[in-house]
Amino acid sequence: MEENMKDIISAQKLAFRYQGLDGAPDVVVFENLNLSIKEGSFTAVLGTNGCGKSTLAKHFNSILLPSGGKVYVCGLDTSDPDRLMAVRRNVGMVFQNPDNQIVANVVEEDVAFGPENLGVASPEIRRRVDVALKQVGMYEYREHAPHLLSGGQKQRIAIAGVIAMEPRCIVLDEPTAMLDPQGRKDVMDTVKRLNQEKGITVILITHHMDEAAQADRVVVLNKGTVAADGTPREVFSQVKLLHQIGLAAPDSVELCWELNQQGFDLPLTMLNPKECAQALCDWLKA
Amino acid sequence: MLKDITLGQFFPGKSPIHRMDPRTKLILTVVYIVTLFLATNWFSYGLMMAFLVLCIKISTIPPKSIVRGMKPLVFILVFTAILNLFYSDGGVELVRIGSLAITTEGLKRAFFMIWRILMLISGTFLLTYTTSPISLTDGLESLMNPLKKLHVPVHELAMMMSIALRFIPTLIEETDKIMNAQKARGADFETGSIIDRAKALVPVLVPLFISAFRRADELATAMECRCYQGGEGRTKMKLLRFSRVDIRAFEVCTCLVAGVVTLAAFGL
Repeated sequence: MEENMKDIISAQKLAFRYQGLDGAPDVVVFENLNLSIKEGSFTAVLGTNGCGKSTLAKHFNSILLPSGGKVYVCGLDTSDPDRLMAVRRNVGMVFQNPDNQIVANVVEEDVAFGPENLGVASPEIRRRVDVALKQVGMYEYREHAPHLLSGGQKQRIAIAGVIAMEPRCIVLDEPTAMLDPQGRKDVMDTVKRLNQEKGITVILITHHMDEAAQADRVVVLNKGTVAADGTPREVFSQVKLLHQIGLAAPDSVELCWELNQQGFDLPLTMLNPKECAQALCDWLKA
Repeated sequence: MLKDITLGQFFPGKSPIHRMDPRTKLILTVVYIVTLFLATNWFSYGLMMAFLVLCIKISTIPPKSIVRGMKPLVFILVFTAILNLFYSDGGVELVRIGSLAITTEGLKRAFFMIWRILMLISGTFLLTYTTSPISLTDGLESLMNPLKKLHVPVHELAMMMSIALRFIPTLIEETDKIMNAQKARGADFETGSIIDRAKALVPVLVPLFISAFRRADELATAMECRCYQGGEGRTKMKLLRFSRVDIRAFEVCTCLVAGVVTLAAFGL
């Protein structure tokens, strides 16, 4: 068994199938998936509904166990029951619906839930909770009731609840799917800051191409296999491939691609409107 | 209508009552309720009332919200009052309707009964308004701790209670949403007989139950992700500790009980 210590998470020949109900055939999600995530990186995982994104995420902290192959987290085998808590302590999960992951009636109590489960001493929990709430910019709301907060705020509370456990990696499963644009921006800013300032590895599962464009690396999943893998510029310039899978590139790339169909000759590496405007400007002047 | 439910509502604050240990508040609320039933007449009731008003004043809870919380109980109050009004003997007969008579004694009893219920409810409101549900369940858990020896799942019960409280507003919101969705498709909740209206609620309850189960499933996964594995080896951010406020509170309540018992002994 070789494990690369620089990889915080690695899936090796991962296979997974959901058992079919009432004699129906099993649903095969992965047959042979290999994927590793570098410590400290910011990886976005894209894919259509049902391509196995969430299933993959659940393998990263032993919520689901592989039917074949192995998943290693910080060098620990996720299928080893003795290491379950160590794995979950290192990989925090944030889910789509903030309402269904907040346990307590008061913001700070909810953030304290994780460290309390780990058996951390009381003064240390207090410190971690304060630090975590400040990091997500929700410190002044610490005594509020979560149900009175906006979706974006609730989602940041959920993130604080995860970072209070001081994990090395956070997996976010479509954290912005239920949020308005402001909430999405706040959550994304928080996630990026945690990645850059604290060096926490981030795995972001998303449907929003503009969010994926902010990552260091984009992995596109299709039918349980990796269809594309690389920097956002490398992946999003493969517009045809993305369309075949049923995905789209960020709007700015799509625009340039459409213009190219009309006879323009623009590069497909502009990930945001600003870069796109610049490229168009340059092209028109030339 | 759904927004009126104030069950388990908590008003954050910094008053001495807020700062009291939840265990103190739980014990003293029980003591208060028992004392309320020892009170028999004007003076002892007056003393209890003075104590209650003082507590509300100290707690800085707006009295309006306590009054608002009473609204759903109007029916029970009226019912109790009517029962007491007609079924008390003695005193001077005031009005007679057929075989039912209203006497001065009945009037007095009805009045005291309503007063007692109102004070009882205000007192318990004061407990839930000044104590966060989490510290309330923490307090209960700690008070019931000796029962662990009898294999009562104390931690699990406390956890279930706090989660239930946490999800009340969420489920109310959801019920509202489903009702609106059904109304938009022509459902009628307001007219017809009671049976018709009850039937109209079925299409609300079914999706509500399904979504509650889905929520429970997701919550369980989220809790597992955060390393929850029951009460074993769990620590608390806020440790329960008796402070000077609690000692003061116990002193005041001892005086109250002594006062009420003495007054009651003299039939006042």
